[in-house]
Amino acid sequence: MGYVAVKGGTAAIEASIKRLKYERLKGEEIIEVNTILSTMRTMVDQVMSESSLYSPFLAALAIKQAEGSMEEAVFLMRAHRSTLPRLYYSQTVESESMLVERRISASFKDIPGGQLLGATYDYTHRLLDFHLTEENAEKNEQWLQDYKNELRTIETPDDVQYFPKVVDYLREEGLFETYEPDNTLPKDITKESIQFPASRSERLQVLTRGQTGAVTSLGYASLRGYGQVHPTVGEVRVGALPIYVEHPNELETDEEDQFYIGDVKATEVESFVPVSVKNDKNEEELEFEIGYGICYGQNETKAIAMSILDQCLEHPESDFPTHDEEFVLLHIDSVESTGFISHLKLPHYVTFQSKLDSIRQVKKGVQKNEN
Amino acid sequence: MKINTHFAFLDEGSKKEIRRAMLKAVAIPGYQVPFASREMPIARGWGTGGLQITLSVIGTEDVLKVIDQGADESVNAVSIKKLVHETTGVEVAERTQEASLIQSRHRIPEVPLTDEQILVLQVPTPEPLRDVEASEYITKRLHSEDEYSGAWLMLFEQIMKYGKTTTNADHPVYVNGRYVMAPSPIPRFDNPKMHQSEALILLGAGREKKIYAVPPYTDVESLAFEDYPFTVESFDGQHCHLCGAKDVFMDELIDPATGEATYQCNDISFCVDRLNDKENVEVETSYA
Repeated sequence: MGYVAVKGGTAAIEASIKRLKYERLKGEEIIEVNTILSTMRTMVDQVMSESSLYSPFLAALAIKQAEGSMEEAVFLMRAHRSTLPRLYYSQTVESESMLVERRISASFKDIPGGQLLGATYDYTHRLLDFHLTEENAEKNEQWLQDYKNELRTIETPDDVQYFPKVVDYLREEGLFETYEPDNTLPKDITKESIQFPASRSERLQVLTRGQTGAVTSLGYASLRGYGQVHPTVGEVRVGALPIYVEHPNELETDEEDQFYIGDVKATEVESFVPVSVKNDKNEEELEFEIGYGICYGQNETKAIAMSILDQCLEHPESDFPTHDEEFVLLHIDSVESTGFISHLKLPHYVTFQSKLDSIRQVKKGVQKNEN
Repeated sequence: MKINTHFAFLDEGSKKEIRRAMLKAVAIPGYQVPFASREMPIARGWGTGGLQITLSVIGTEDVLKVIDQGADESVNAVSIKKLVHETTGVEVAERTQEASLIQSRHRIPEVPLTDEQILVLQVPTPEPLRDVEASEYITKRLHSEDEYSGAWLMLFEQIMKYGKTTTNADHPVYVNGRYVMAPSPIPRFDNPKMHQSEALILLGAGREKKIYAVPPYTDVESLAFEDYPFTVESFDGQHCHLCGAKDVFMDELIDPATGEATYQCNDISFCVDRLNDKENVEVETSYA
């Protein structure tokens, strides 16, 4: 039976869902959630970032269920998020305490602590590797063993090494303004709807949850000509951020009593953006400001684009759409944009009938006038 | 691992927040109350605003009806009904009179609603001034200043261009003499049903994160000029080819063989009810 809006909806839906399952199963191959978890790292990271729910296992499950569709996987995770009670806010995370696995600066070659390339696709040649068709467990094991043996010869420091922020070094020189840390609780955009003009905490939340492609596109647009922000990347760092919560019923607060609840892997970017400001003598002066980007997992392009948009929105007076917070913030959410676009597939018989009536009435009127 | 969903899907904290927004909406008729719209298991723009309202007010004793484009059996209505039923176990009904809670997309039922019923309307674009002003910051200010010349100008321009107002569904209304409101994309035909409605009408826009309401017995007036009065869609001289009803909103069906248009009630449950009544009368008279 075809798609009839009037009768037969139930049967049609059931058949459609069954067909969907068939499409996923018909190849007679089963991918384990753990396989996705350990081999599709960047996709898992992107899904967690866009769904703002940090759970690699659930993200992998969502990817399996969604047959690899990003928008569908994010959608599943966001809907699941709505069923979870939200009990605590964590303590402010100081990103100096990140367990860094990759850290680069495009501004200085000699940054304190040094550059750390880590794992990156940046220097791979994008040639299809046909050897991957012949991978097997034994070869994998052998490779891993060799790799571990190689590492053994490298000396490691006894202490955990923390990396200072590049910007702190520049602050000491007076190139950046020093601000008092603002530790007021951020407005949670998932518990209170965003109002305009938005606060910076709200803007950063929307940007970090934004669809990777959308954030990248708008960041690119700003860089290319539809914006006035062209940054230099001060620092990109990828690593694990330890998360602490305070006991909710304890009156006295002591850092020693906070609970460590695990860590989240994140990408953090600080971009340096030259802006002109007026000094005391009303002269134009150049100063650096920071564009900030952070997202779950390793997704450096998104975090850099976010840092561009953060700066754009800090300077709303420009004519460009990328500086307009309503334009940027209301259109980059994956679930909202894909949902509304896809609603066009729903029947619009009533509204169309109404439109038809309007057009007919106008046509009738025109003919009368002409006669 | 969590397998079972919570009663009515949302956690209790979320439902409480949504109910608070609804109370504010009822207290200020037509005013768009911002709320922290949750992501739902159906897509944004497919009725998530209505669904959040339904799930937040529904109780175990309720009887639910869901309409999409006038039909209970249309795929999206079925899908929403299924979700609510699976997470709450409430009974569902197709007859308007049997339902205590009615969620609808694009239609108000033809049968007048009572003060025992709540009508939940799904809204894609809650801002009646969006066509004339893209910025949310500015439209919010215009509402607060009762500054609706943009909406009036829109109607005026239509008259200048086409000789009459050419709004389609979603013709803006004045609520309680204060706020101009988008009545959800109901046809103009249904606008008058909001005026002095006995049933509470709750409107939810999930993607735009707004809840607003028309409390029972509230004045709802469609925007129009004295010399160019508000008109509804015209089905002059037409009647439903199934039940014979007149003065209802009808679908236009094209006969593929003759190419001629026939008309049929858009509200399916209303039409089926009339057909059943007719049949009963026939049965009674032939066996009397």
